[in-house]
Amino acid sequence: MDAILLQILNGLDKGGAYALIALGLTIIFGTLGVVNFAHGALFMLGAFCAVSVKAVLSLERVVEDPNQLTAWGTPMEIRTPFVEVWFGDFGATILDYSVPVSILIAIPVMLLIGIAMERGLVRFFYKRAHADQILVTFGLAIVLQEIVKAQFGANPIPQPAPEAASGMIDFGIMVGIDAGNVVYPAWRLIYFVFSAVVIGAVFAFLQFTTFGMVVRAGMADRETVGLLGIDIDRRFTIVFGIAAIVAGLAGAMYTPILSPDYHMGMDFLVLSFVVVVVGGMGSLTGAVSAGFLLGILQSFASMNEVKDILPGIDQIIIYLIAVVILLVRPRGLMGRKGVMEH
Amino acid sequence: MKMFSMDKKDILLFLCFSVAVLTGPIILEPFGAGYPDLLQKFAIFGIFALGFNILFGLTGYLSFGHAAFLGMGSYTAVWTFKLLSMNPIPAIVFATVMGGLFAALIGFISLRRSGIYFSILTLAFAQMSYNLAYSVLTPITNGETGLQLNQADPRVLDVMFGRDYGAVLPSSDFFGLDMTGYPGFYFCGIVLIICFFIAMRIFRSPFGMMLRAIKSNQNRMNYTGFNTRPYTLAAFVISGMYAGLAGGLMAVTDPLAGAERMQWTASGEVVLMTILGGAGTLLGPVIGAGAIKYFENIFSAFNEGILMGIYDFLPETLQHIMVSVSGLFVGEGWHLTLGALFMLIVIFLPGGLMEGFNRIKTLVTNRTGGGSDGAATPAAAE
Amino acid sequence: MAILSVENVNKRFGGLKALDNVNLQIDAGTVHAIIGPNGAGKSTLLNCFVGRLEPDTGSVMFDGSSLLGIQPHQINQLGVSRVFQTPEIFGNLSLLENVMIPAFAKRDGSFTMNAWMSVSSESDLRDMAMDMLADVGLEAKSADIAGQLSRGDKRRLELAMCLVQQPKLLLLDEPTAGMARADTNNTIDLMKRIAERGVTMVVIEHDMHVVFSLADKISVLAQGTVIVEDLPENIKGDPRVQEAYLGGAHL
Repeated sequence: MDAILLQILNGLDKGGAYALIALGLTIIFGTLGVVNFAHGALFMLGAFCAVSVKAVLSLERVVEDPNQLTAWGTPMEIRTPFVEVWFGDFGATILDYSVPVSILIAIPVMLLIGIAMERGLVRFFYKRAHADQILVTFGLAIVLQEIVKAQFGANPIPQPAPEAASGMIDFGIMVGIDAGNVVYPAWRLIYFVFSAVVIGAVFAFLQFTTFGMVVRAGMADRETVGLLGIDIDRRFTIVFGIAAIVAGLAGAMYTPILSPDYHMGMDFLVLSFVVVVVGGMGSLTGAVSAGFLLGILQSFASMNEVKDILPGIDQIIIYLIAVVILLVRPRGLMGRKGVMEH
Repeated sequence: MKMFSMDKKDILLFLCFSVAVLTGPIILEPFGAGYPDLLQKFAIFGIFALGFNILFGLTGYLSFGHAAFLGMGSYTAVWTFKLLSMNPIPAIVFATVMGGLFAALIGFISLRRSGIYFSILTLAFAQMSYNLAYSVLTPITNGETGLQLNQADPRVLDVMFGRDYGAVLPSSDFFGLDMTGYPGFYFCGIVLIICFFIAMRIFRSPFGMMLRAIKSNQNRMNYTGFNTRPYTLAAFVISGMYAGLAGGLMAVTDPLAGAERMQWTASGEVVLMTILGGAGTLLGPVIGAGAIKYFENIFSAFNEGILMGIYDFLPETLQHIMVSVSGLFVGEGWHLTLGALFMLIVIFLPGGLMEGFNRIKTLVTNRTGGGSDGAATPAAAE
Repeated sequence: MAILSVENVNKRFGGLKALDNVNLQIDAGTVHAIIGPNGAGKSTLLNCFVGRLEPDTGSVMFDGSSLLGIQPHQINQLGVSRVFQTPEIFGNLSLLENVMIPAFAKRDGSFTMNAWMSVSSESDLRDMAMDMLADVGLEAKSADIAGQLSRGDKRRLELAMCLVQQPKLLLLDEPTAGMARADTNNTIDLMKRIAERGVTMVVIEHDMHVVFSLADKISVLAQGTVIVEDLPENIKGDPRVQEAYLGGAHL
């Protein structure tokens, strides 16, 4: 029981990341009709927003203190981050909370990147074949990740969680299990809650705003919405921007769990595509539930007890499930007839 | 002789192609590409792209997992070296067969879906193979180190025929002819010529016409009385065999195999080669493969020192700016160039280089008042 | 004698009864038109003949074998060809190839691994295809790319693609939909010539002009059932038809 609960918890954070990327992917599919192979790169760019914020916040003022001498007899250099110089302890707290703080930066940055991508490239591909869309966004993904590689290097850059959230939470106590059995890193739990909030916000936005209504109508029947005389173009841009923000936030917040490197985007993209396919192309709830489902299944497959019986299953479980689902239910778990079919 | 009936134009194309391949070391000498290691790559990736094009170019099914078959071919070839013989013939035969079998398995499942679903399924399968090759299959693939030859390998056939390699690590040899350097290139080159011939037959055959019809209108094909699944599966398996063969040849020229050959970047590369040259054209993919490997070779070799030399004529500040900007695209940054090239081709020249050639040709013929096209430029794409 | 016989066919979509106990006999060598107001179930019925839809109950027999539970390509191989509302052709291929491909299907079956011989060595099939193109007046364009044809020419091409297979039954779904008057008349003339050769045709049509100039027999479908089946001259005056079709207005 404890072990099962722990594995479910373990799957939630990864599942949250899959769900957030898949959500954006499927919204873009559904409304714009575009297959965005660069969506993983957006996730990666979000993560590097966090890296950049941390780097900027860590810029240091160097003062030579003549009263303290180093072993060589030179004055000792005292390095203090500027934020601390200016804001004192509050500054130190900001630096400690650099990952959550980076969200504030990531939202406008990702929005701009999303808009630039849509206006500058994707919109020219609405009427082109899916193969062309895949190819051009694939090329873009390579370009983006190589630029990041040139800028930040090829090695993963660890990002610490805020000190208050870097410990473990004894989740077991909360649900009445003996202490020490279900202990769980606090940040992962925070990530899960965060992803749930973002997913909730996206759903609420689509459900309760006029804009969201048009988007949902567009996902159900693109042509008709176009015929209604609604300015689809501008809305497409915003939709793309929102999807970029969602992916970027998912990436920024994920950095304490997985140290970001330039190719993390593609790794997550492949899995998120599988999530979208399993959930059913064009189904938002499908994407979200499949994201969590696959995340949890993957963590179960990583248990030693399971690996002993089926070696290597943790490496391929997601793909295997995708294959089985596509063979049994070609439209995915919640796919509707006629969506993205030829 | 009806079996080999070919149009005059096709015979000419085939002869030109063969001559170009065989004289490659001389023709490419002025471009600094006349050395065997690079020429081998041209030939091997030419075969890979030629096969990929039979699937993607003809049927329009975009596979993002063909690197899996390439890797399969390499592993098979190295195992053949280890167990049977250092002769390349059994190695490439088994590599082709295994590539085909593996493709039959993956194709059987993936081809149940079309469009993006198909692309994603093939991508998923390739990633799955890659992950497995790195982890559980380590006893077969030797994981991260890669599969290598060993002095203690059994090499049953070689032993049977009394071939002894002594205390050195053996390299692949074709009845005594060492498969490195020029002999290695000519071996690959002749295989490429054979592969080109087969591809040409397929392109001109009813089977090839059906594949193009499937790309054009699958619905009509069904209502015209065709079961399209076996056609696409056959195309998939053929392209998998080409990929397996290419992987086998890689092992012939350099007997080791690593899982990274199965990675999605390798799959993406063959897609790029095909569209760069011109998907659906006969000659395009080979040209695309050559172009990419050529530029990869040149660009990767650049370093800051060479760049400084190139921009020597500029004032110093400008020189430094130019060097750091171009530095992004060369050496380690070659992949950035590749990605940018990918986008540029898809945006501006969806038909690839072959379309570009044809455009120029029409431009020239129009200007000269519709002169005859006596040049050997093949109109491979109908 | 009936070449296509439809018995007690029912089809529901959720709560909607699209086909309600449809019975239909199509005689060999005749042109049979199925007319009816929008939503009467005409297209649903046609889709049940070609394997796109499966009726809930009932049987569809063609020339002694059932058409239910088999794939579109198998139905075609039995001798049923179909013309679509929007012409379905191979837009990237030449007209000649467009017509040769169905000829291959007729000769070689649903799958043949014929990857070695050259298409250009198939002179018999090419001649056949060229004759067919000449028949529909497109021989001059045989090397053109089919996607660039006008709507009317695409329809001619599609008919040629069906006819080259010498089908026992030709199904036409609104063959003149969206056509200019001149094109419509040309198409009617072409279909008349085809009918004269004894090809059995089932035509679904809105355009009364087309129906009355072609059909030997007319079935009127309304709300999923056949309400009248009669000769064209009798249909015109039938009050039930006017009621169902035009809400009482005169034809």
